[in-house]
Amino acid sequence: MIRNLLSGDLPRSRLLSAMLLVVFCGLALAPFLVPGARSLNVAATICVFVVLVASYDLLLGYTGIVSFAHTMFYGIGAYGVGLALHGMGPSWWAIFVGTAGALSLSLVLALVIGLFSLRVRAIFYAMITLAVASAFAVLASQLSDLTGGEDGRTFKVPEILQPGFRLFDAEILGRAIDGKLITYYLVFCSALALFLFMLRIVNSPFGRVLQAIRENDFRAEALGYRTVIYRTLANCLGALIATLAGVLMALWLRYVGPKTMLSFEVMTDILLIVVIGGMGTIYGAVIGSALFILAQNYLQLLMAQASAAMSGAPLLANLFHPDRWLLWLGVLFVLSVYFFPTGIVGRLRTRALLRRLR
Amino acid sequence: MSEPLLELDGVHTHIGQYHILQGVDLVVPKGGITVLLGRNGAGKTTTLRTVMGLWHASRGTVRFAGGDITQSPTPDIATAGIAYVPESMGIFSDLTVRENLFLAARSVKNADRMDEARLEWIFGFFGALKKFWNQPAGTLSGGQKQMVAIARAIVEPRKLLLIDEPTKGLAPAIIQGMIAAFRELKQSETILLVEQNFSFVSALGDSVAVMDGGRIVHSGAMAELADDRDLQHKLLGLSLDNHQ
Repeated sequence: MIRNLLSGDLPRSRLLSAMLLVVFCGLALAPFLVPGARSLNVAATICVFVVLVASYDLLLGYTGIVSFAHTMFYGIGAYGVGLALHGMGPSWWAIFVGTAGALSLSLVLALVIGLFSLRVRAIFYAMITLAVASAFAVLASQLSDLTGGEDGRTFKVPEILQPGFRLFDAEILGRAIDGKLITYYLVFCSALALFLFMLRIVNSPFGRVLQAIRENDFRAEALGYRTVIYRTLANCLGALIATLAGVLMALWLRYVGPKTMLSFEVMTDILLIVVIGGMGTIYGAVIGSALFILAQNYLQLLMAQASAAMSGAPLLANLFHPDRWLLWLGVLFVLSVYFFPTGIVGRLRTRALLRRLR
Repeated sequence: MSEPLLELDGVHTHIGQYHILQGVDLVVPKGGITVLLGRNGAGKTTTLRTVMGLWHASRGTVRFAGGDITQSPTPDIATAGIAYVPESMGIFSDLTVRENLFLAARSVKNADRMDEARLEWIFGFFGALKKFWNQPAGTLSGGQKQMVAIARAIVEPRKLLLIDEPTKGLAPAIIQGMIAAFRELKQSETILLVEQNFSFVSALGDSVAVMDGGRIVHSGAMAELADDRDLQHKLLGLSLDNHQ
């Protein structure tokens, strides 16, 4: 059954299986294991980033498309549902209209960008997507009457998803079953479903053609595949899934703004996570997102504790001062690329394969 | 001579500023092996790539099974029934042997539905593929990768196979296996084979064309060329004796 659920693409490494299991259980039980708004926020962000990064992996890792427009599609999803809820009031209908509108806009944009640009060389395509994404971010900031400009928009969600809502009075494992918990599990289950869907895609014949195109597009053409069509389809699929990730993030935050949804920082985070996790593996999105977002949220805290513990050695205490957390995040990234050039998942799988072949 | 399957008529191909093919006239008859010989840089690979539409002819016509394919896109040429095994093999190293073959089996929707009898026929001459069936193709040796490349071209019946230097860099024992495989293949397939190893092709070829300077300078039966050392010297600068 698990093999079927994972579309036959098992982790193929014991250590990787253990790591995935830990992340899965951690996310599934997060509201009960680590109470508190911050930890739940971290868990929800990991869920959303798993989807967002895996959808980017579909482009970069499986098809070899370098795109900088992924945050644009993510932002379209977030703004779509956010503006619909802001304008139409907190209802499921507004969520449906916002999501459908965002998916349609993303599909059209991905199709247009894909058909016009995927014929050109990779570097030019990357530049085109960067230009389009930048223009879109500026547009979102400029259209302040509609989008709230730089401040963004806060909005209400349907009652069942509001923090004040109680499904029932009794607590389960010491935790109230409130709207926040329901929203978390909505995000978790949607992310899980989308992740399994992406696993299915990459392990389908369509996914194999994408991999063939990434490795040698001339050869794929010589086998009879119209690579432009396949690349455009992959581009559209990646865009649609990123849009859904944006929808989930907006529902979780109950806020949309250009810095959170459309900034280039989000794009660099996605790129870093794909590289850390391992390109062309899908599972890399899970490991990479979990490690990166945990580091992003708790490294500063850990460093504060380390710095306090080293107060006797001023040089070390200064080196681990929480203000230097970005420096250490950078060091961790460099180390991970050095020791895991094919990403954590790539390295673990290669090691397991070599052991099998011996 | 049987009816022509592939005809190149006055084909010129430019790659950037270079004029590589300078009026190639070539006929590949249906059935058997036609060998394309020539020195390095004579235009053999460019001829195959032009037939495949990977580089388009700037002048002249390429006709396949009666239809003009000169300006057809590569995927259309492939679906018309031409399979191409490039010199670089072009295998997909991250995919398994099974997945590599499945990608070429365009008529089936699922890798489990590939024609088993045909696969057994392929395993008959490339037994290693059965052994490494679920192994990433990138982990195979050079000879095994070449087997994958050829197996991929014949996983479904094709009208014409274009094969570019299949013995390049292979050990003599593997080349002997290849000779046996090609001998059997030519009973059912039409092959246009580019090769530098004259002793290999002289044992296999039915007809031969020799290229020089982007043109065909000789064409005829392989047996005639194999028997005529003076002609070999004149056309190729070698004799069969030196290469056995």
